[in-house]
Amino acid sequence: MLAKRLIPCLDVADGRVKKGVNFVNLTDIGDPVEIAAAYQQQGADELVFLDISATNEQRRTMADLVEEVSAQVFMPLTIGGGISRVDDMQRILKAGADKVAINSAAVANPALIKAGAEKFGNQCIVVAIDAAWDEAAQMYRVYTHGGKKATDLDALDWAQQAVALGAGELLVTSMDRDGTKAGFDLNLYQALGEVVAVPLIASGGAGNLADFVEVFDQAPVDGALAASVFHYGELTISQVKQALAAKGVIVR
Amino acid sequence: MFAIVDYDTGNTRNLKKAFDYLDVATVLTADPAELAAADAVILPGVGAFAAAMAALNERQLVPVLQRLARDGKPMLGICLGMQLLFKSSNEYGDHVGLGLLKGRVTALPADLGVKVPQMGWNQNVLQQPASAFKAIDQNYTYFVHSYYAVCPTDEIVATVQHGVTVPSIVQRDNVVGMQFHPEKSGQVGLQQLATFKDMVSANDFSSN
Repeated sequence: MLAKRLIPCLDVADGRVKKGVNFVNLTDIGDPVEIAAAYQQQGADELVFLDISATNEQRRTMADLVEEVSAQVFMPLTIGGGISRVDDMQRILKAGADKVAINSAAVANPALIKAGAEKFGNQCIVVAIDAAWDEAAQMYRVYTHGGKKATDLDALDWAQQAVALGAGELLVTSMDRDGTKAGFDLNLYQALGEVVAVPLIASGGAGNLADFVEVFDQAPVDGALAASVFHYGELTISQVKQALAAKGVIVR
Repeated sequence: MFAIVDYDTGNTRNLKKAFDYLDVATVLTADPAELAAADAVILPGVGAFAAAMAALNERQLVPVLQRLARDGKPMLGICLGMQLLFKSSNEYGDHVGLGLLKGRVTALPADLGVKVPQMGWNQNVLQQPASAFKAIDQNYTYFVHSYYAVCPTDEIVATVQHGVTVPSIVQRDNVVGMQFHPEKSGQVGLQQLATFKDMVSANDFSSN
């Protein structure tokens, strides 16, 4: 049986790990290579690096960073942020990444999903979706550009379209919960689980041990991603894994 | 010096980094003389079976690898590289492999309540208690694959469960295969590469 995955997310801007609340107010957390090595030590199952400066500001390749991290850290690495062409994917994968995550670029150009999947295999292509509940429209609305730009897309429709085009995994962030430590948005993941069969990673809202237990217990997710609670040392990976194992969730 | 077979299909960089980390010098090469001179040959691979065999054939490496293995050269196939060691695969048609191991490669069943590809960390169960790889027992390694080996039990060192029983380490004498990615499996993965390195140093492949 596959173990459920715990995935620290490292938001990178200007070569440093940063974290904001509701996608703004960035604060500096530290050096990406050191933090990645520390997470490997703690037993993280995978790492996600998101270049949060790339889409809005100048294009900065993550390739050097991936090269450095993958020489010290021997676990799956997913890289996102500013990847808008197959060439970008190739550069990042060649540098040592296992998967690339595409978000705004996939919305702007859905054919990018298919092109990437055909060239590198579905398992390499993660479609990242930032979504927030829209009460008026009664749907989870998709946002792009680091949460700054609303689209007309319904997250559930977009998720199905992305999978049909070749996405091998979905990384879905609840913008309503991101950075709030109010728990994962269970409704969002339950709804997604009804419409897609690829691995689903929950992101946004992790605040305490019970939040992790709850999302694995009550939503069909394969992994949970978090930043704040791990970066600030409020929870360690092993604490979370112990809590999950105690509730019968299979962890490594 | 270990030679990593350079045939343009596979994440050789990450493998090289893992061997660097273990202080094992590697050379990426498709030159038969360099392969013959190496202490061991590492066969990486990602993608489809037929494309990988075609890439080996294009470089006239199939008879080279077969001869080296039969002459006792330690050989380690990883992921698709492991699958290439077998006789055949039915991935997108029937294709002949290197034939260094007796089994064949076939699709993971998708109707058993598991997701295919198998992508993630799975727990190994040792099948040969005397194996040099015995430390893998109960430990998790990282898998990404849609096809798996069906082979004689005497070739199976360890397995994982993913709908069916999937061989995770296979071995016949000097020919070893790992279905998981040791270069992506943390400390446990590095330990398996270190075990292979020790087997090569001691020239002892008798534990299987």
